Amino acid sequence: MALSFMEGNEAVARGAMAAGCTFFAGYPITPATTVFANMLKMLPPKGGICVQGEDEIASMGYCIGASMAGRKVLTATSGPGLSLYSEQISFAVGSEIPLVIVDVQRLGPSTGSATRGADSDIQFMRWGNTGGVPVIVLVPKDALDCYLLTIKAFNYAEEFRCPVFIASNKEIGMTKESVDLDAVDLPELVERKKYQGDNYVPFEAAPDAAPDFLPIGGETLVRQTSSTHGTDGYITIDPRVIEANQERLQNKILAAEERITLYEENHRPGAKTLVISYGVTSRAVDDACDLLGEKGVPVSSLTLKSLWPVPETLLVKAAENYDRIVVIEMNLGQYLGEIQRVLCGKNIKFYGQMNGILIKPGKIMEVIEND
Amino acid sequence: MTSLLNAERPPVFCPGCTHERITKELDKALEKKGMAPDKTVIVSDIGCSGLFDTFFNVHALHGLHGRALTYAQGLKLADPTLNVIVTMGDGGLGIGGAHVLAACRKNLDITLIVLNNFNFGMTGGQYSSTTPTDATVGSEFLNHAEVPIDICAVAESAGATYISRCSGHDTALADIMVAAMDHKGFSLVETLGMCTGRYTKKNQLTPKALDAMIEAMPRKNGLVAKNQRAEYGEAYRELALGQTHFPMPVTIEKQFDPTAPKREEIVILGSAGMRIVTAGDMVCYAGMAAGMNVSMKNDYNITVLRGQSVSEILISPEKIGYAGIEAPTVVVAISDEGVQRRKAMFATLSPDTFVLKEKSVSIPETPAMVVEIDFKALKVKRHDWALASLGVLAKEGRGLTPDLLAYAVGARFNKKVAAIAMETLGKISGS
Repeated sequence: MALSFMEGNEAVARGAMAAGCTFFAGYPITPATTVFANMLKMLPPKGGICVQGEDEIASMGYCIGASMAGRKVLTATSGPGLSLYSEQISFAVGSEIPLVIVDVQRLGPSTGSATRGADSDIQFMRWGNTGGVPVIVLVPKDALDCYLLTIKAFNYAEEFRCPVFIASNKEIGMTKESVDLDAVDLPELVERKKYQGDNYVPFEAAPDAAPDFLPIGGETLVRQTSSTHGTDGYITIDPRVIEANQERLQNKILAAEERITLYEENHRPGAKTLVISYGVTSRAVDDACDLLGEKGVPVSSLTLKSLWPVPETLLVKAAENYDRIVVIEMNLGQYLGEIQRVLCGKNIKFYGQMNGILIKPGKIMEVIEND
Repeated sequence: MTSLLNAERPPVFCPGCTHERITKELDKALEKKGMAPDKTVIVSDIGCSGLFDTFFNVHALHGLHGRALTYAQGLKLADPTLNVIVTMGDGGLGIGGAHVLAACRKNLDITLIVLNNFNFGMTGGQYSSTTPTDATVGSEFLNHAEVPIDICAVAESAGATYISRCSGHDTALADIMVAAMDHKGFSLVETLGMCTGRYTKKNQLTPKALDAMIEAMPRKNGLVAKNQRAEYGEAYRELALGQTHFPMPVTIEKQFDPTAPKREEIVILGSAGMRIVTAGDMVCYAGMAAGMNVSMKNDYNITVLRGQSVSEILISPEKIGYAGIEAPTVVVAISDEGVQRRKAMFATLSPDTFVLKEKSVSIPETPAMVVEIDFKALKVKRHDWALASLGVLAKEGRGLTPDLLAYAVGARFNKKVAAIAMETLGKISGS
């Protein structure tokens, strides 16, 4: 068996290449820079395009333009850059422009700590757009996940015509580890559904689906706009048209919740507690549960790999047989509220840490053991 | 050719607004150029200039304020066969200034038409980046304390290859646009016009006055000789063609069967310039060659040539979960800066922990087993101390073996560097 040795950011880039990404635009920012650096090495030899924007706003603008020309595009940033992406993300969300955005999270708020990890942006990714339209956020726990989830992110972006986030973390992005790329079960690649008829209406779609796509520059004229639009892509003030579109933007994601949901679970016989976590923290949770198991205290774990849309069906089912839920986050409780909402009535305990260092398995054991 | 104006969506500007004339002149220009509608895209900004994309039967993209050039450049890079025209007002010019500068510097083959009417028409006639200091606009006194920018002068200094300034009422406007579109590279056409809904209500402005303004400004007309160079897309593609090597991942086959594979937590405490990260890589390569899982976290200053450099490595026969160091089995202390960064760790070490300390380095009290080495006496240069330390660990059988280390050296370096590294390691194994 041959293992590869790479950091999470390189794994993201390799995942993007495997998914057929041909365009990257970004702006250097620690700890996401090496996604850019890797794409700059990988795209040109394969005929792809990789450029540096004059700032993050421009980088997203380039991505939006390239996506509308029909390309699969990737960009990568961290918290302060995500702030600048925000207006363009709103455009991409509202106007159904497929993009994959890697947020290699660092300790916020603001410039925070460039080289310290935290799951700082879990709510920001979801709500950092005007209009509150749902997005898809996937969250890797290690380099191998970075590879696999990036491919899945492209598939989701193409299918649902929306920005898909990879909620990475400095502690994954910049940690090198051995990975067995050959052991990954790669999903079949999804390509953007091209319109086949002869009367293209750019935003015409079923009530819970994304519209078919045609590129700007193709034989059929295409209209794209950040303004509130009707199916024809022209500005509209017709409340019924607006409402139908808003609902469709919401439904196309929420109706597919179960299909989008990604997770790992480890239910141990006799366990009374289920620990729910995501990202790099879930690695420490797994260790803690193993160690407790060795001590004769069985504890189960659920690792979420998709955070938005909230995997409500999964949460309810996974938590069904447990008296107590423990939520561990590398922040002060950004996702806790979602779990409390979905699992209301359950006894939910929380531990969050946001001090620039990883949560240790020992700490998690302490939280689990002490009622 | 026929008009590309969209008969179903005629211009909706205020009576007397120069934008309407510019719309028609742009249509004439597209006609004169014989632009294929399916190979043409109008990218419009925000404000009244942001309506332009709706008036034409071509591809259209309308986005956020000041960002039109960013979408335009993404489109042009992704599809070089597109004719890309951007319409933007003086508002977009101000808020998107960084993008205008970047577009001038890049020189992608795009035509930017700036519809300068000296104020924000749509939001109430507030002052913009081009409002004259003495104008009366909807911003009370604010514009009286600022000066307007001359975008043509700015563009010239930013490297624009083609600049044109004219009145929106210029009889030759269509030809001026055609000439700009003919230019292979970024072209900027600034049109001066009247906002009859707002600006001209309180400021005297006529086509004649616009002509006088243009006369009074530095003349900008056509190619900027000093800035001539290759179009960005062509330059980019030519440079990219030289990048033929696709980097494959570093992959290490299992080469050795360790007799008693066990978990190791190795911490290397050094300074910038001591090749700490490279040493960490080698420890990982060695671990992988022994069929183990590895992970490595590095900690160094953002000023990469100064300060500590710390590498933390886990080697495990099991899958690695938590990737932090909890109970180091080996600590290499080769600089005071590195030690300072992890000074609290020393008191927590177990008596079994192997601490290798260079003679010149001070470490805090520790229950661990401390072995001192004098690299200076062995004539090992400071930048090789990390590598030499691995030689010591291999010799002592701590974390790696001589075979694994020799393999890692060969895997990490090219032949020449590997030979030099083995020479350095020879000083250790022979000592």
